[in-house]
Amino acid sequence: MSHYFQPEIETAPVEQLRAMQSERLVKTVKHVYENVPLYRERMDAAGIKPEDITCADDLYKLPFTYKQDLRDTYPYGMMAVPMTDVVELHASSGTTGKQIVVGYTENDLKSWADIVARQLYAIGAGKDDYIHVSYGYGLFTGGFGLHLGAQRVGATTIPVSSGNTPRQITILKDFGSTVLCCTPSYALYIGETLEQMGLTPDDISLKAGIFGAEPWTEGMRRDIEKKLGIKAYDIYGLTEIMGPGVAFECEEQTGMHVNEDHFIVEVIDPDTGKVLPEGEEGEIVFSCITKEAFPLLRYRTRDIGVLTRKACSCGRTFVKMSKPRGRTDDMLIIRGVNVFPSQIETVLIQQGYSANYQLIVDRVNNTDTLEVRVEMSADIFSDTMRNISKKEHELKEALKSLLGLSAKVTLVEPQTIERSIGKAVRVIDNRKLHDN
Amino acid sequence: MTINQLSVFIENKEGKLADLTSSLAREGVDIRAMSVADTQDFGILRLIVNDTDRAVNVLKESGCIVSVTQVLAVSLEDTPGSLAKVMRILSDNHISVEYVYAFITRRQEGAYVVFRVADNQAAAELLSSHGVKLATKQDIDAI
Repeated sequence: MSHYFQPEIETAPVEQLRAMQSERLVKTVKHVYENVPLYRERMDAAGIKPEDITCADDLYKLPFTYKQDLRDTYPYGMMAVPMTDVVELHASSGTTGKQIVVGYTENDLKSWADIVARQLYAIGAGKDDYIHVSYGYGLFTGGFGLHLGAQRVGATTIPVSSGNTPRQITILKDFGSTVLCCTPSYALYIGETLEQMGLTPDDISLKAGIFGAEPWTEGMRRDIEKKLGIKAYDIYGLTEIMGPGVAFECEEQTGMHVNEDHFIVEVIDPDTGKVLPEGEEGEIVFSCITKEAFPLLRYRTRDIGVLTRKACSCGRTFVKMSKPRGRTDDMLIIRGVNVFPSQIETVLIQQGYSANYQLIVDRVNNTDTLEVRVEMSADIFSDTMRNISKKEHELKEALKSLLGLSAKVTLVEPQTIERSIGKAVRVIDNRKLHDN
Repeated sequence: MTINQLSVFIENKEGKLADLTSSLAREGVDIRAMSVADTQDFGILRLIVNDTDRAVNVLKESGCIVSVTQVLAVSLEDTPGSLAKVMRILSDNHISVEYVYAFITRRQEGAYVVFRVADNQAAAELLSSHGVKLATKQDIDAI
């Protein structure tokens, strides 16, 4: 049975949602034109007046917003309300450059709580649950985002935050946590630690997990589900747009429903900026249509994905986005071949390896080299060198047929690839491709 | 007929063997025999110990990948030609040996040779029928 937190919105007819989006977009465009100098300048430069945007179909006329814009206007240049109305600030980790800061009004926080509450209901969680939040609390949106949603549904919230994995397990056991929220790589690490402590999923009460903030594959999902004895769901979000909850997975586990009453999603060709039809892969772009403090329009996420309107068995009418296949900035070009780390992860898991891997790219004598470091797993290990070499060879062949290039495979001991409590570091690129 | 052998995955890194043997020593695990198969990047450490279960636990707790394999241990007289005789029997009967290593003991007159073959049962029957003595778990424990 499907549970809806706000059924009248989550299952509204598509035309009704579209009408709601139109009305809200028009209002938001006017709001940012009047209050955010960057948007006024951009729209003036493009010869677009707020009146030119009359419905959601006019969205394509607006210029894009880029991460660089948020850096250039750091810290408060993109705020569309006076700072006295901003009740909370969050910031991105700044892993890929200067950090950015975002603000929320009281209404924004309420919307955020609602969309995370929808995620919880969608996976059958509610007020009877013990929601264990192992996302970091702080400027990162993960911890507080899930916390808000858990509170909104009246669940028992356990704000563990990240780190100290043995203690996480003690709390899982003793407090009877039923839903775990963290990054997928950390979920896997908790699963491994559980095993190492001689415990099994039967020793804990978890039934589901909500994982996001970094890309992960279906293989990794199955791995987490097995190790923790749960159903693992994907939650999508980004600090710039709201935080976790922009899109959420239902029990069908076939993509994430975008909260279309708060955001308009488009898929574009990243090179030309042209909007692509449903079903075509491209860069995902979001526009906020209810936010007051930090409403971005046509924000380029750099995530590569696909949208589908195919009816979902859960009854929700919100468009579904695929698990992002990677980010335009994660994509490696090795000897001219486009390589997404997620493709390699899929192969590793198919072949029985652990999802803990690292890609090391280098350039030797003007030729790119790719090394895949992966942790040895009990499934692969054998007492004879011949069996291990055979597996290693199979992996190399699988990588070669997938990528069209040879990679060196290095098997390392378990738990030796650095675990991140936040986002996993999958790629080390030692090539000096820039002069700076 | 067969005895337990531990296999451990180890990276070729400084101090690895020292760490691993120290953990076993701390728990009072006595190593009867060992051999290492290695490549450039990693190795397989094979061990015969006095207490397999305890050794497995210690190694798993320290994060190692460990597997237990049944291997044959042949008890030989420590004289020239006795190993050659066993190898000849196996070879004449087309039993290929995946790996082999030997150890001698202080207390008993004689040596042990550990064999890893595909079919333990067939090899054991063959060797016994030629009068070759196979060590049992008890024999190893008694060392």
